[in-house]
Amino acid sequence: MCTYATVRAELEGSAKGPGTKWFHVTDGTVYFDHPVHAMAEHTLNIDFADPSKGPAARVAVELTAQSARELVEAIQAALASAPDALKV
Amino acid sequence: MSDSLHAETITIAGHGDDQIEAYISTSLPGGTRGGVVVIHHMPGYDRSTKEIARRFAELGYDAICPNLYHREAPGAAPDDAAAAARAGGGVPDERLIGDVAGAAAHLRSLANSNGKVGVIGYCSGGRQSVLAACNLELDAAVDCYGAFVIGDPPPDRGLSMTNIVDQLPNLRCPLLGLFGNDDAFPSPEQVDELDRILTEHDKPHEFHRYDGAGHAFFSVDRPSYRVEAANDGWEQIETFFGTYLEG
Repeated sequence: MCTYATVRAELEGSAKGPGTKWFHVTDGTVYFDHPVHAMAEHTLNIDFADPSKGPAARVAVELTAQSARELVEAIQAALASAPDALKV
Repeated sequence: MSDSLHAETITIAGHGDDQIEAYISTSLPGGTRGGVVVIHHMPGYDRSTKEIARRFAELGYDAICPNLYHREAPGAAPDDAAAAARAGGGVPDERLIGDVAGAAAHLRSLANSNGKVGVIGYCSGGRQSVLAACNLELDAAVDCYGAFVIGDPPPDRGLSMTNIVDQLPNLRCPLLGLFGNDDAFPSPEQVDELDRILTEHDKPHEFHRYDGAGHAFFSVDRPSYRVEAANDGWEQIETFFGTYLEG
């Protein structure tokens, strides 16, 4: 199915893909739907993007549901390991 | 039938006379023929959809696939364009109808057109195929596992879309529906409901439903591909369009 579900987040950071330059990331789009490349019927997809620079200013990832959960845990663990004073 | 065809990217007038990109594939043998508007799936105006357009030309039709995401991302790679369109809220129904109308008009303007045009859509395009057939003068429509013809997406999904149950009494042409019984959107119960509503309104339709197949069983480059369902589905499409688009 196409889930049509789309969750957006305003982001502040940078991203870089193989063979590309770093770019400023302003938007995150998260959705669980058909992947373009991953060998699964559905994946958790994240686009790190800067729409002001056009549709190609995007780093995309497609993760299985289990991988996405593990990524969330890893992000939470990495954040928890840093002193609060650094996380501003 | 001949396998000689011509395919290229062109520009057509879409909704609001916007100039949008489209992929056209025409059957080369002489003689009149029908046309098919191919509505791409949600992942976009991609290689696999263009292959479908070429297959229709091989079957003897002129086929055209409008790039529904052209406005959001002109010239972008299909996956980037799909991501941009999704982030922007998706394709408005009114715009879709206008783009399909423009594509159908282009097909009818071709020298060898017999004046008949069908529409086929996959995934999100399945719903859009039914939507177009409820609003435009078309001769046949095919819905390949379109979700939310019946039933609504949850309100927090970010895309402004509703079901089109209220438009079904306006369906203007015969409808062929192809569905996987393992699909959740549309579910078998929703397909039953669509069948019931169309029957209630005396709308000509035929549905084929496949065990062991879920969503996107026609997609040859995805794990959802189911060869038996896809092969039978193509045969049903050939018969259906042969009935309503020839002459």
